Amino acid sequence: MELRNAGSAGTLESSDIMITLHPKTDEGIEIVLESPAKQQFGKAINTTITETLMGLGIHSALVEAKDRGALDCTIKARVETAAMRAAGLDNLEVYP
Amino acid sequence: MGSMARNSLGREVPTEVWGMKFNAFKGAYASKPRAGFQKAAPLKCVLPGENKVLPSLEESIKKCGIEDGDTLSFHHHFRSGDFVLNKVFDEIAKLGIKDIELSPSSLHPIHKQVIPYIEQGIITRISGSTNGPIGEAVSCGVLADPVILRSHGGRARAIMDGELSIDAAFLAATAADEYGNMNGTSGPNACGALGYAMMDARYAKNVVAVTDNLVKYPLTPISIPQTNVDYVVKIDCIGNPEGIVSTTTKITTDPLRLRIAKQTAQLIEASGLMKDGLSLQTGAGGISLAATYYVANIMRQKKIVGSFGSGGITGYFVEMLKEGLLKNLFDVQCFDLIAAKSIGENRNHIEISAEFYASPHTKGCIVNMLDVGILGATEVDTDFNVNVATEADGRLLHGIGGHQDVAAGAKLSIVTLPLIRGRLPSVVDRVMTVTTPGETIDAIITERGIAINPMNHELLETVMKNNPHLHLCTIEELNEKCKRLVGMPEPIEFHDKIIGVVEYRDGTLLDVVWQPKLPK
Amino acid sequence: MMEDKRKRLRRTMLFLPGNNPGILQNAALFGADCVILDLEDSVSPSEKLAARNLVRHALESVEFGDVEKVVRVNATTTPFFRQDLEMIRARPDAIMLPKVNSAQDIIDFDNLASSIEEEEGIQNGSTGLVPIIETAQGVLNVWEIARASSRIVALNFGAEDFSASVGCQRTKEGDEIFHARNATVLAAAAIGADAIDTVFIDVDDEKGLIEDTQLAKKLGMTGKAVIHPRQLDPIHLVFAPTAKEIEHAKRVVAALREAKEKGSGVASLDRRMIDAPVAARAKRVLELAVAMNLIDDNDEKDKKEIQGGGA
Repeated sequence: MELRNAGSAGTLESSDIMITLHPKTDEGIEIVLESPAKQQFGKAINTTITETLMGLGIHSALVEAKDRGALDCTIKARVETAAMRAAGLDNLEVYP
Repeated sequence: MGSMARNSLGREVPTEVWGMKFNAFKGAYASKPRAGFQKAAPLKCVLPGENKVLPSLEESIKKCGIEDGDTLSFHHHFRSGDFVLNKVFDEIAKLGIKDIELSPSSLHPIHKQVIPYIEQGIITRISGSTNGPIGEAVSCGVLADPVILRSHGGRARAIMDGELSIDAAFLAATAADEYGNMNGTSGPNACGALGYAMMDARYAKNVVAVTDNLVKYPLTPISIPQTNVDYVVKIDCIGNPEGIVSTTTKITTDPLRLRIAKQTAQLIEASGLMKDGLSLQTGAGGISLAATYYVANIMRQKKIVGSFGSGGITGYFVEMLKEGLLKNLFDVQCFDLIAAKSIGENRNHIEISAEFYASPHTKGCIVNMLDVGILGATEVDTDFNVNVATEADGRLLHGIGGHQDVAAGAKLSIVTLPLIRGRLPSVVDRVMTVTTPGETIDAIITERGIAINPMNHELLETVMKNNPHLHLCTIEELNEKCKRLVGMPEPIEFHDKIIGVVEYRDGTLLDVVWQPKLPK
Repeated sequence: MMEDKRKRLRRTMLFLPGNNPGILQNAALFGADCVILDLEDSVSPSEKLAARNLVRHALESVEFGDVEKVVRVNATTTPFFRQDLEMIRARPDAIMLPKVNSAQDIIDFDNLASSIEEEEGIQNGSTGLVPIIETAQGVLNVWEIARASSRIVALNFGAEDFSASVGCQRTKEGDEIFHARNATVLAAAAIGADAIDTVFIDVDDEKGLIEDTQLAKKLGMTGKAVIHPRQLDPIHLVFAPTAKEIEHAKRVVAALREAKEKGSGVASLDRRMIDAPVAARAKRVLELAVAMNLIDDNDEKDKKEIQGGGA
């Protein structure tokens, strides 16, 4: 999957996470994370975001993540949705 | 840092704090009073014709002879609507007095105004509790000495045995007369019971009544008598009524919290305690109030009459009293206006002191007679230990309240809490800070299961027999569920400085609070 | 196998908005017998994709326990339907299909679902189906619809869309939906599936909810759709068999057992013959009582009798 524009998903509601993806020229996933649980779970949240992007074939992106206590399943879903929007896709053709 | 000892919970605690020797915790019911006699207030003499009314707080400070290093106390019946504490310290600062030990019955967000005084060394020690902004400041290491955290019962005990020796108590009164008779129920800004203030009034070396409502002598009813009061000061405004009591305390509408509350009522019923004579104490949080609602429903259905409700009283308990579901209310503080009004109106709504409520070194406090206590927590661990004081990132933001006391006294002490809050786990391997020892907690109720303390075999058997459909599980299973939901947190890092010690109600030390390494 | 699926408790089916992670992660905790993870009316068009992703991950990682997992997809006529069906790959117990008008809608769904199941290596037909009867055509064709697929585990009647489709006023008394309710019950009963009544919109009117549910039960509905967790307890209470009904049912079952043991072909109770409908009703009552924990352990024999198939 290739990111064409910025794409965003999620809300600032409790248990959600707002993810905004920006395409980046250089390699690597860079994450700017804001989270009330940053000390305890910042690493885990970043890992989940990175792994989800890699799983979609995205190896370079700038991620703005505003977390409100989201669990892993929510983080993955929001990253996928933001990616699909950023890639200009309506849906995933292949079930991941 | 001084020498440390390991207590019976395996926590390392100092042997000396503020120059006083402390024993390590060795069990909830293990320790005896530290001294032989109560530490009484000094004898005083006020002759006929002498006047107690002083023109200003400044005058009262001078008359009390307050010096560097003294201990000042206040009550927290005005919660975050209190102006008195801040005003007293404004005067203390102006007079150039410093090194004060601040020992109120509890602190609230409105007291953040004294943080500059802490930074300037005007206040150098704090005991009782921390709250919000002051807790933040303490967590950044603003004090050289640790805060001593005490429960309500523990503070009463400390006052009586002399561990907490108060040089001057400034007691806000919603109404006072020229001779110092005070109550919390008269006047436009009633706060209700003055249970915590009563302790300070009886034992402090100097007692100043501070009011904005000076009434003609004599003020009745009398909660704190003139014989305890040295001076009376009238100021323009002692507090903000909206911060003093909430107009209503509200039951939660969140379906999961309601589920917890319902299960709480079901557990109480299954325990066999739901019968005539039932006594009950709950907090004022959303889940607790909802649990009270469900318990009341069952009591109505089964035509049960309870003997008393105790602790911090809300309008819900008052309704139960009026309806005849509870025969008496023992009130140490009022959480809302309905409760505050009820003291004057109902004979069986009785104002009690903190000592009567919860002090362990008396001839028996009211929590000893409690059947059921419903409590909250920030986190609990697999030993059923509870933490109510520190947040997940290590900041010390709260006090103990009556938690230790109710847990120790009640036949059935229940902690209710959601299994996860956002991504933060509530049932952990080891709580960051022990504020109530696990041996006094009988059950933990979450929306995903109920864990009964295996130390209480009888309860487990009785509950399983009476209601086999309750969602029971082990505390380890709850812990596992937490981990499955949120994963494993990174451990918090700490500096080498102790910013707080947790005192158990009997005067022994339960745990310490290390200064957390906080992100910039 | 659809027999087993049809047999489970479906007193309540709780709609949960598919785009709300805080609610989805707690789906199994509200106390409903079934939860409907909704991709249709509670999700705006621009968020359909987002909801699909959330629902898929919820199906994969939330612990549902005994709670039935249903996904309400968008109608076949919408651009969202085809992608919504991909949810089948995440193994929900059933798909809820709105605005079903004819048997063809069911057949089309059946074929699409089968091909997805085959791709996924899931047993063909294992994904259940709950058609929503909420149009005039749907009510008229309900018998054809019900017969069109063995995937159908329940029929849900939706009064809100129905009354809009017919152009009548929606009332709490429900005169305007009387026939439609009956028709749904008939068709469901004929295929041995559950009949799920329409939602009660006024969340604050508990009395009205109870009355509406009592009426639905009287008509033969076996469950009700729910829009707020606070509606669950009152509805469960209405569908609970009374102590009297349970007592009677036990006596019927005991009489049947006795007759069987004696080798007698005909059982009787209170000098009346126990015919098939009476026996069936007694069995249903006890099944419900067992599932709702209304029968205590002293009745192990009766419980075993019911669970083993009984008379």
